Amino acid sequence: MNLTPDAAGADVHVALERVDMAFGDRQVFRGLSCAFAAGKVSVILGGSGSGKSTVLRLIGGLVRPQAGHIFVAGEDVTCLSERQLYGVRKKLGMMFQGGALLDSLTIYENLAFPLREHTSLDERAIAAAVHRRLDAVGLTDVDRLLPSQLSGGMLRRAALARAIILDPVIVLCDEPFSGLDPVSVKRIENLLVQINQRLGITIVLVSHHIASTMRMAEHVVLLLQSDDHHPGTTVVAGSPEELRQSSDPRVVAFLTDECDDGDARAADVAAGST
Amino acid sequence: MGPAAAVQELGWYALRFVDQLGKLTVFAAQILRALASPPVRVRVFVQAVFDVGVLSLIIICVSGTAVGMVLSLQGYNTLVRFGAEQSLGAVVGLSLIRELGPVLTALLATGRAGSATAAEIGTMVATEQLDGLRMMAVDPIDLVVAPKALAMTVAMPLLSALFITFGLFGGYLVGVGLMGIDGGTYMSSLQSAVDFRDDVLGSLLKALVFGGLVGLIATFRGFTSAPTSAGVSAATTSTVVVASVCILLFDYVITALWGV
Repeated sequence: MNLTPDAAGADVHVALERVDMAFGDRQVFRGLSCAFAAGKVSVILGGSGSGKSTVLRLIGGLVRPQAGHIFVAGEDVTCLSERQLYGVRKKLGMMFQGGALLDSLTIYENLAFPLREHTSLDERAIAAAVHRRLDAVGLTDVDRLLPSQLSGGMLRRAALARAIILDPVIVLCDEPFSGLDPVSVKRIENLLVQINQRLGITIVLVSHHIASTMRMAEHVVLLLQSDDHHPGTTVVAGSPEELRQSSDPRVVAFLTDECDDGDARAADVAAGST
Repeated sequence: MGPAAAVQELGWYALRFVDQLGKLTVFAAQILRALASPPVRVRVFVQAVFDVGVLSLIIICVSGTAVGMVLSLQGYNTLVRFGAEQSLGAVVGLSLIRELGPVLTALLATGRAGSATAAEIGTMVATEQLDGLRMMAVDPIDLVVAPKALAMTVAMPLLSALFITFGLFGGYLVGVGLMGIDGGTYMSSLQSAVDFRDDVLGSLLKALVFGGLVGLIATFRGFTSAPTSAGVSAATTSTVVVASVCILLFDYVITALWGV
């Protein structure tokens, strides 16, 4: 099974073609190919060290592959210079795992910053846009707070608000649920789904949280590392339902916790299927 | 370790040195390009000057006064043996202006502001703030690095001038107040010995070069640090060590070439 978004009848917004990636001697991918459909919520799953976050960094052009091509909104980012990449990045929003908000600026200034950099809006319009985004992620009275004064869940929501402040066409989210309590997980999950449905933004997120993945994803990409029988990185892609029904022993092992991460994942699967 | 292994290791260090030097040169070119192209980030630059300059004022003033006082005391004890204590103003002035002012200011600024700059940028690397800027289509060299490097370059001559002024004041206090030299004699000796163009401007030029060096090394070390707490710590330490050694080496080269 390897259902690409094309096969599912949707336009491809982001595509990786035969990508090789290594950090020093450590080979992360060999011949990785996968695609993400426009306007859908896609989730990248995989074991620890399978390179899930690296996929997001490749899409954003933060790291360069040793071989292969990466198409983002029709442009091959592997062929672009750092300066040319800025044009593509204006179409992207990225929510980093730790938030990556500028810690010397208040939350308001963090959200206003990209608007001041890339638009000619006056301060009144900027204030309105910032508060609209903060309201959208359910944050109030945080304007004057520094990122260090927010809880983990609030920080992720502020980071999400910044990621969507320039109305990107693609939002990349790196582990948006890690380290959060179930209520915060549910809240972020709902926010991402709402943003996708209201604004039609393509969302590509990396997660370990299988329950959330099964609830919110329209398309799942499971990265399986190479072994003796499967040279190169294997990608199993499809809808959550298709993954659940897969007979591939490696997919079954991943989803039922025979490879990593203890009992939590099995509980996630059970919760996700209810 | 056998001779072959020693040569191999030496070769490895030599290659690493050349590699780092090449990267530093490219980094310096990127900073210059960022400074030469819009937007002009006045607010960020002013904040960086405050961080580097204003926050270093106390250490510079106190150290300058102390160095001037010691120099005056040592100078008097030496000069008095030859009956030349009337030249104390010239000795203190020339020592501070030509050598001690710019060098000690640069070493002090490296320890206080250079290490802080490397740690700040290194922390931004470790917490993905620089990647966050890149993903917002903002060049971190333009926003973070260039203003800090420029601020260090601009602030260093000013800090050095302040160090020298407080040093001369400390020297005056000890020479005139404690050792009983006539105040007019101290000042006229100082005035007649110090040449504005050769000594004062040369001293400020030296400080400008040191400022550029410290700014470049501190920002480069922070920018290329490993994204871990150990990486930030290593970047900070290496900034202080490398910048201090470079200041002393460049001091010799500038003095030998330009006679400053």
